[in-house]
Amino acid sequence: MIPAAFEYLRPKTIPEAVALLQQHGNEAKIMSGGQSLIPMMKLRLARPGYIIDINRISGLSYIKEEGGFLKIGGLTREAEVEASAVVRSKYPILIETASVIADPQVRNLATVGGNLAHGDPANDHGATMIALAAQIVATGAKGERVIPIEQFFVTLFTTSLQQDEILTEIRVPIPPPRSGGAYFKLERKVGDFATAAVAVQLTLDGAGAVQKAGMGLTNVGAVPIKARKAEDFLRGKKPDAATIAQAAQLAADDAEPSSDLRGPAEYKKGLVKELAKRALSSAVERAGK
Amino acid sequence: MAKKQHVQVTINGRSREALVEPRTLLVHFIREVPGLTGTHVGCDTSNCGACTVILDGKTVKSCTMFAVQADGAEIMTVEGLIKDGQLHPLQQGFKEEHGLQCGFCTPGMLMSACALLSKNPNPSEQDIRWGISGNLCRCTGYQNIVKAVQFAAKKMSESKTVAQGGSK
Repeated sequence: MIPAAFEYLRPKTIPEAVALLQQHGNEAKIMSGGQSLIPMMKLRLARPGYIIDINRISGLSYIKEEGGFLKIGGLTREAEVEASAVVRSKYPILIETASVIADPQVRNLATVGGNLAHGDPANDHGATMIALAAQIVATGAKGERVIPIEQFFVTLFTTSLQQDEILTEIRVPIPPPRSGGAYFKLERKVGDFATAAVAVQLTLDGAGAVQKAGMGLTNVGAVPIKARKAEDFLRGKKPDAATIAQAAQLAADDAEPSSDLRGPAEYKKGLVKELAKRALSSAVERAGK
Repeated sequence: MAKKQHVQVTINGRSREALVEPRTLLVHFIREVPGLTGTHVGCDTSNCGACTVILDGKTVKSCTMFAVQADGAEIMTVEGLIKDGQLHPLQQGFKEEHGLQCGFCTPGMLMSACALLSKNPNPSEQDIRWGISGNLCRCTGYQNIVKAVQFAAKKMSESKTVAQGGSK
């Protein structure tokens, strides 16, 4: 399959890329890893007139802790997240998320930034970044703007990025002591999108009660879903088996799945409940260590 | 028609260049410019991995990358495995352990296995299965592919020991 013809533009700097976005308007599309965009172009679901390839912009690929945040550059590949020593030691939820995205070849090119900016509710980082209360840094003509993740996803394939903005960084608050997180996903086979997945990030207080709770759900609605009811319920409670079971039910209540080839809506709600239970248990165990 | 762009890549150690439309996929460049047809187009939708090549040391699906993106890159295809007429240990392994039947997925399997062994010379069975998880085979059930990679890993570590003057 051959995509429709397009002009290929390869800026060397972010301001150059932003200027190209301004010049070509809705005809232009930013390409990072291209692992969602190119298949869509081959199927002619997308027909951008201009591809702005940001892969040769230097300084956009990094993972570092700085100023209270884990900062992930807009061009950082999934394989780099998987291999990162700092992520491995402190952010198991990110390892569990990155390593179940597509397959090894795709992860060598696919970027965390692209995964988010694509705005596909089936993509995995959305739920995880919701659980982690991440922030998105968007760079446009007027400079940088920080978007809290809960304001980032608008609807199907639509984010709050403006037409002339590029996602340049993801900021994850460094978890305080007694924190733990996990990502549990069910996929029919390696490389498939999630039938459903649940991301959890918890912080416990000195007495073992939940101080902070973040929960996100993958592919059970038009956008990655923030499981607010479950988060509110968990805060201040000891995360024992009964509390976890009830929080898992509340997470399932917040899911809005559709019936499709991966299963009926009712099944997916049940799946969210079970995955939430497992993710919560794993997060609690990790927070206690 | 979109303006053609000059693309230069090194494939299996040899520089190749052409003027191509931006929408030319890397797999078509590889098959049509130097005529290296070992790299297959399988599903053409980024699922099957038959088009896998090693680009600057990392496996990528050449059906899901434009040739213009690869400008300046070093690429290895299945044709780059053979050295001085000698099959690569992975090729020997696939032959000895019956790691293929129809052979369509084999070039991609070999590239993924090659990248795996260069990073992890002594992979466990689980590591191998994980390493080839982006490559679909509809004939073998994977078991003999795993054995073939194990065969190669053993052979390569033995020849390394010999080369280093080891006596074990």
